[in-house]
Amino acid sequence: MSHAPARRLSAAEVSLPERHPLRKAGLVAAAAGALAVAAVLALAAGDPRQALASYLVAFLYWLSIALGGLFFNLAMLASRAGWCVVVRRLAEHLAGTLWLYALLFVPLAVGAAYVWPWWGGADPAADPILAGKAGWLDPGFFWLRSAVYLAAWALLGWWFRRRSLAQDASGDPGVTRRLQALAAPAILVYALTQTFAAFDWIMSLDPHWYSTIFGVYFFAGQAVAIFSLLALLAMALERGGKAEGGERRPGPLAGVVTVEHYHDLGKLLFAFVVFWAYIAFSQFMLIWYANIPEETVWYAHRLEHGWEGATWALAIGHFVLPFFFLLPRGVKRKRSTLAAAAVWMLVVHYLDLYWLAMPAIHPEGFRPHLLDLVALLGIGGLALGALAFALARPALVPIGDPRLPESLSFENM
Amino acid sequence: MKLLDRLPKLPMPPWRRGAATAARPWRRAAAAPAADTLLLAEYAGPDGLLAAADRVRRADWADWDAHTPFPVHGMERAMGLRPSRVPWYVLVLGLGGAAGGMLLQWWVSAEAYPLVISGKPYFSWPAFVPIMFECGVLGGALGAVAGFLAESRLPRHHHPLFESARFERVSDDGFFLSLGAAGREEGDRALRLLEETGPARIERLDAAGVAEVPAGGPGRGRPAPGAAGAGGAAPPERRVPPEDAP
Repeated sequence: MSHAPARRLSAAEVSLPERHPLRKAGLVAAAAGALAVAAVLALAAGDPRQALASYLVAFLYWLSIALGGLFFNLAMLASRAGWCVVVRRLAEHLAGTLWLYALLFVPLAVGAAYVWPWWGGADPAADPILAGKAGWLDPGFFWLRSAVYLAAWALLGWWFRRRSLAQDASGDPGVTRRLQALAAPAILVYALTQTFAAFDWIMSLDPHWYSTIFGVYFFAGQAVAIFSLLALLAMALERGGKAEGGERRPGPLAGVVTVEHYHDLGKLLFAFVVFWAYIAFSQFMLIWYANIPEETVWYAHRLEHGWEGATWALAIGHFVLPFFFLLPRGVKRKRSTLAAAAVWMLVVHYLDLYWLAMPAIHPEGFRPHLLDLVALLGIGGLALGALAFALARPALVPIGDPRLPESLSFENM
Repeated sequence: MKLLDRLPKLPMPPWRRGAATAARPWRRAAAAPAADTLLLAEYAGPDGLLAAADRVRRADWADWDAHTPFPVHGMERAMGLRPSRVPWYVLVLGLGGAAGGMLLQWWVSAEAYPLVISGKPYFSWPAFVPIMFECGVLGGALGAVAGFLAESRLPRHHHPLFESARFERVSDDGFFLSLGAAGREEGDRALRLLEETGPARIERLDAAGVAEVPAGGPGRGRPAPGAAGAGGAAPPERRVPPEDAP
């Protein structure tokens, strides 16, 4: 309950101001990102395997954040959550950028033969395991499945954002009811597509190996990334640009997103840090316990041959440190400490995806490459540009949502 | 005379002396003399109570508490409560549980009864992690319960405020503030402070029983019994006597 009177917001109050730095930053980032992506693809002529693998990890990284936005929006709608309404639009905008990844996948679809080792098919005599998977690991079927995943995500992200934007003008609570009803089947679509995308794009880099929990692992990383990014994005939008005199103006979300919302985002971030560790360890322990060579080979790569440092860095950086850091209540209720945790988690989330994919490309050891960074920044620039484009005009808060007053006056116990 | 009253009386432990105090009971109980009077103010709703709590906190009253039927947002701030210490119980018992779980398995599997299982070393820590985790969760949960009970001074069978019939509504729709005071003069000051906060009614609970203080200036309440009026008199061991007391 709360004693604050119900507040109403107008679209003008919570839209991106004309002179907000994010507008220019989005344009610059998109231009620089396009250049960087072009450079990576141009260099693919020289070393296609490295260039496309770097591109794949960067693609997965930014895709996982946008997919996390889709997950957040659907999960909050399906659970009829009230606290999160002030940040839900940001997740809707992020999910609304999923169309970008359908375009960005084209180079991977074209150069797939350089990335996925099963592409050329397998000789049943030399490699009966791979030959047995030929029905699934078939180029045509792979393209078709990838197209289905990307189309489903782009469609879901676009549709849920569009309906929610329409509600801004109408204020019709029926829209919320309809979105809530459709969120549940949409979660099913999301869960299946992201699971099989993780199988096809990451797990099949080691085509002999399989793990049924792999899709959940990919999801856990997305959840960690989205809670981090939502907190950072809301903090960025609490700040406005500099006024003529040089003093800072309050941003569109100042006074809208409060420490109470950050506290909840922090709690969810903490919970999914633990969830990620739970899933990662579950996958490891079952394989370690059964000790079957065709399963242990994946961990053997990562615990020996120069990858053991990355593995331990991941276990400590993605779980042990953030677990103890995020444990106290005060850390989650202070913008500076929560921001530090969020930035850290976004860094180790990249390490997580790198650790999943790269040992297949560099079985000889941990070999960071300049192209990894260029691809990461390039696709990141395009992602930021697409996000700034989505944020530019509509209100940053779903002002027509009937639960907005509840969210505005939300307080933790 | 009841049988219990014939038994020799033990001194009150220091943490039981103050009324149910709010912010730092372990400190205040030692600093403030034992209260012999409780003033119970009732408010129409949470907003009035919040304002009153804010007023009493700024007056820096030592021995007081707020009583509500449900948690009221902003009450921690209004009362100036310090962060709870329960998380420390959870942390220590959680880590202790996890360490104990791992130690137990190490001792059983590698020391007391070593047994080769699927060709793995005696101390195969990955296999022990799930049980370590569960023991940590168990320790943390027990720590939360134990910490809550210890910090709230529970279990406690009786509280002087229960003598007030009005106070029963605290679990339904009553919003109360209670101030503990030692001696007549402090009782009058407490009454003045409470009347500033505009309560719906005030009750005085002391050795003479429960009485409503009529609206008006301080001192208009029922005169306190002689012993308490003298100021320096020793406080009674029980703040509210049993019904058959003289």
